[in-house]
Amino acid sequence: MKYRGVLLPKIIAALELLGQFWLFTVEMFKQMVRKPFRWYLVAEQLEKIGVFSIPIILLSSLTIGMIFSLQLGSFLSMFRAEMLVGAAVAKTLSRELAPVVTALMLIARNGSAMTAEIGTMRATEQIDAMETMSVNPIQYLAVPRVIASILAFPVLTAIANIVGVLGSYFISVIVRKVDKAGFLDQMYSYVDPVDILSGFIKAAVMGLLVSTICCFYGYYAKGGSRGVGDAATKAVVVSSVGILVADYIMADIMLKVLFD
Amino acid sequence: MDNIISVRGLYKAFADKKVLEGVDIDVPKGKITSIIGQSGTGKSVLFKCIIGIMQADKGSIKVDGEEITQLPEIELRRIRRRFGYCFQDAALFDSMTVEENIAFPLREVLGMKDKRKMKAIVKEKLEWIELPGIEEKYPSELSGGMRKRVGVARTLAIEPDILLFDEPTTGLDPVLSESINNLIKRVNEEFGITCMVISHDIKGTFSISDQIAFLADGAIQAVGSPVEVARAQHPVLRKFLENSFADLKVDCGP
Repeated sequence: MKYRGVLLPKIIAALELLGQFWLFTVEMFKQMVRKPFRWYLVAEQLEKIGVFSIPIILLSSLTIGMIFSLQLGSFLSMFRAEMLVGAAVAKTLSRELAPVVTALMLIARNGSAMTAEIGTMRATEQIDAMETMSVNPIQYLAVPRVIASILAFPVLTAIANIVGVLGSYFISVIVRKVDKAGFLDQMYSYVDPVDILSGFIKAAVMGLLVSTICCFYGYYAKGGSRGVGDAATKAVVVSSVGILVADYIMADIMLKVLFD
Repeated sequence: MDNIISVRGLYKAFADKKVLEGVDIDVPKGKITSIIGQSGTGKSVLFKCIIGIMQADKGSIKVDGEEITQLPEIELRRIRRRFGYCFQDAALFDSMTVEENIAFPLREVLGMKDKRKMKAIVKEKLEWIELPGIEEKYPSELSGGMRKRVGVARTLAIEPDILLFDEPTTGLDPVLSESINNLIKRVNEEFGITCMVISHDIKGTFSISDQIAFLADGAIQAVGSPVEVARAQHPVLRKFLENSFADLKVDCGP
């Protein structure tokens, strides 16, 4: 009983936030299909989210491919099965690691920036200015970012797949002297196009989730520069946890639907 | 006199805090109407209700005889296109240059695509506010007064019928304040635009306004020409006027 006074307002606030997020998302989908379509803004965001993120995706996926190969290589060598490293790395990367790591990198690089940019616009009345000009701020600010994220995340995931496998190849074949033909042969036999497709679907859903959460927190940021900072932190935490939960749900569904 | 805006019995509250409690005001067409009052009395809330970005709880707002409080969003957008809103801190888009800022309503509101035409309009508006050649500058490179002028140029780009100025002189020195007040006067006289001004600059307000309304306790307590308002007996208004028009005495020593 004594917790009621503390817990109840927190539960109500959380439910209110969920309701607000739901309304924001519905409005965003409505605005997505309404004219005018601002393709130049989508292109601008594709450059920011996609093109400028390539270096960080290259570096992170290369490192992950290399580390994963080192660890797996030393483990599989106990069973004289080092040749399976390529297959294991490619399968794990395409199904799970590439979309998740790409999403986490993009949250750190772009998600926080999205929240901060939109939050600052809220704090300095730039969003109010748009409203007074009859320009829908959700359509102008959130829709291009969300569309660009849905398109960019799978492309960056594809890059992460390729570079991760290259990193694995380097460690396994060049450094640990695993048989090159065996490495590639095992990879070809165990990795299906469906594995890669499932990763792309996950990446697109994560792109939608991350960009919507980050735009939402920016759009409703309150309390000046401190409020914008808080909103950016919350956006990063919520979207990071959100993609992991979403990944589990999607993995469960895909294992039943795609891989059965 | 022809009224372009008529507000009757307007109420607005935020949770338990009652801000507007029955505001009645008529805004004559082609004139300058100023709203004065203490901070936090709901002057900006009144503006936001008039332009339709905030929903009033009760009451009527008519623009050219058309009731706007019950209009759906799409219809409100049509009405809103007749307005321009100059924010206290100009609210320029900080990621855009001055040119992009002024061209923004042309592209997004009027759907203009001809870049040469937009450039010409931007140039003309910048010359009109006496700041030519700053097209490529970003808002962060401008002074407070320059930003406010560019804000005015941005709203003028789509040639509105009514311009709302939210504390246009706040934070400016007396010389810059006078120049902004002159700019409002010019907007009104040269383009015939109806201007509504929220201001704490009482001297400036009395010099440029055709009508002044005093907002206190959620309602308009005095309204009329500057002379009529100067004669009103509301105690807070008297304090406002006494402080603003009291003779400044400076002891220059022996």
